[in-house]
Amino acid sequence: MIWSIAWKNVWRSKLRSLVVMTAVTLGLFAGIFSSALMNGMMEQRIKAAISNEISSIQLHKPKYLENKEIQFCINNADSVVANIEKNPEVKAVSKRIKLTGMAKTARTGTGIIIYGIDPEKEKNVTAIYSKICDSTSLAEKRHITDPSVIHNYLKDSCGTYFENARSNPIVIGQKLAKKLKVRIRSKIVISLQRVDGTPTEGAFRVIGIYKTNNTMFDEINIFVRSKDLENLTGLDSTKAHEIAILLNDNEKCKEVEKTLQSAYPLLNVMTWQEIQPDLGMMTEYMNVMLYVFIIIILLALGFGIVNTMLMVVLERIKELGMLMAVGMNRSRVFKMIMLETIFLSICGAILGMIISSIVIDYVADKGIDLTKWVGGLEAIGYEAVLYPSINLTFYFGVAILVVLTGILASIYPAIKALRLNPAEAVNCYIVKLLYC
Amino acid sequence: MSIIETKKLKKIYDDSHVPVKAVDGIDITFEKGEFAAIVGPSGSGKTTFLNMLGGLDNPTEGEIIIDGINIWDMKSRKITDFRMNNIGFVFQAYNLIPVLTAKENVEFIMHLQGKSKAERHKRTRELLENVGLGDRMDSRPNKLSGGQQQRVAVARALASKPKFILADEPTANLDSKSTATLLDIMERLNEEENITFIFSTHDARVVKKARRVITLEDGVVISDEVK
Ligand SMILES: Nc1ncnc2c1ncn2[C@@H]1O[C@H](COP(=O)(O)OP(=O)(O)OP(=O)(O)O)[C@@H](O)[C@H]1O
Ligand SMILES: [Mg+2]
Repeated sequence: MIWSIAWKNVWRSKLRSLVVMTAVTLGLFAGIFSSALMNGMMEQRIKAAISNEISSIQLHKPKYLENKEIQFCINNADSVVANIEKNPEVKAVSKRIKLTGMAKTARTGTGIIIYGIDPEKEKNVTAIYSKICDSTSLAEKRHITDPSVIHNYLKDSCGTYFENARSNPIVIGQKLAKKLKVRIRSKIVISLQRVDGTPTEGAFRVIGIYKTNNTMFDEINIFVRSKDLENLTGLDSTKAHEIAILLNDNEKCKEVEKTLQSAYPLLNVMTWQEIQPDLGMMTEYMNVMLYVFIIIILLALGFGIVNTMLMVVLERIKELGMLMAVGMNRSRVFKMIMLETIFLSICGAILGMIISSIVIDYVADKGIDLTKWVGGLEAIGYEAVLYPSINLTFYFGVAILVVLTGILASIYPAIKALRLNPAEAVNCYIVKLLYC
Repeated sequence: MSIIETKKLKKIYDDSHVPVKAVDGIDITFEKGEFAAIVGPSGSGKTTFLNMLGGLDNPTEGEIIIDGINIWDMKSRKITDFRMNNIGFVFQAYNLIPVLTAKENVEFIMHLQGKSKAERHKRTRELLENVGLGDRMDSRPNKLSGGQQQRVAVARALASKPKFILADEPTANLDSKSTATLLDIMERLNEEENITFIFSTHDARVVKKARRVITLEDGVVISDEVK
């Protein structure tokens, strides 16, 4: 019965309750929506990093990780790859030769990381092949609509991912292309160390220019066919420095890592969290941050609720006095005030969560294009089009926090109510009460 | 044994500059089945006295013994339950819970007492019919007249089967017709069911109905007549 009284009490002063609920609704909507934006941004970054840059799991010789020298390679790479491919969780595997070197043109030069890959296999693991220029946006920028022109235009400007390649093709990032002032079909000289330790140089022709959302990545990572790199360095074709694995489900990283680690005790097996610890940490930080964010909003709303409930208690002094007189004990009075407060907060919160989920759903379809507003997002690896995303657990967390807020916000008003002396309350010595 | 006995009952408010002796030593007893009015000028201590009898306010000095129990010896937690189970209250105003219907208001007390649903329903109907509101059971207080509200309050006060009912100026806000109806009901309950009523009033017509009239002045009993 106390529940139903509390619920009915909420609606005694409709306007006031609605104002408070609206505040909670808007506050939570703002909180949840911006959380979804931040979270979406992070998820996009991680997804992009996994699919373009690091894949789910990588294997190396432990020594290679300490010192990226050409000789620290996995010896029987092909059989390892074949073995890993048998694991049902594994979607694709690619072995890579991975070396540091210099890329030079007639005018300038810069340090790079060069990957020797099998393009067909690498395609299944990383998505660089799909980043050979964003055809539509580039054409749009230049106001080209004719499909055949677009095709030619793109072929000319950005090339392909090792398609119809002649000798020594190389795929480089757009940022590097700009830095070296090269374009498709330009020649780049790569200098690096041979297996025997002697320096060597090789000329490559740019066949493709890719652009991920991470300019820093684009600036240093270049791709060539492994056999070309083997020829240049004298490395045996059974060897590789890195084996990159893409899983069907990234949540299974830890499990697969364990299996692989026990299968290859001499190799170092790392998940994407370990390969790029900053990304791994980000997920955890983001979670904490989102909650902190919501807690701050709820705290602010909580004070508004406290204020409203104090008013409620003050207005109902006589009634509360009567209730206590006829036998409602302290814990029941407390419960009634607390339930009222919780109902007040929950109603707004539910509405806020519903609106948030609808808006997030809608926006997640279309994305929010921030290009106009924020420059430089891409320089640090974030996409300029945001897709807000938040999981169900978060909504649960928020719901629990709202109830907590309701409980906390009710304590002070409820204590005020408890302190009432029924005799004074019934006879309403209000002036005295206000000063007590 | 009398159901209420007070011994040297005093209440002194000393939170202002001059201490106010609201009740200044009252020794009195009430028997089962009384229909007693407490009268006296404004400020004479009627409300204060009734509040102490009802366990709403603690005396500064003295004792209140109800059915052999010194109620102010009880812990404050217990006293609420004691009130609920032993004393019925009718106030001047703000008597009912505005969000509940007449029926629910009466049921509420029994609900607090933990009575079964069947018993609650049965007794609520009986009580409301008894005060002539059998047809208004589902009305909210704001749809009832002041007199009807006070009748619901009487029904509510009876719901817990209390030892006696205290009413502080129950008719103060009522017109003469409602006052008459309410008094008739109280009188009938007193005569037919031996319910004890102790009420304060300023109204001469109410005083006339009382079978015992206690007059207070400056917190002391100056006369106590049984008709
Ligand atoms: N809580 C309180 N704090 C201070 N003084 C009080 C308090 N309650 C009552 N008094 C004082 O005690 C005296 C008796 O008051 P009480 O209300 O008992 O009189 P009353 O006979 O009921 O008066 P009325 O007929 O106006 O209702 C008054 O002087 C009043 O001002
Ligand atoms: Mg009074």
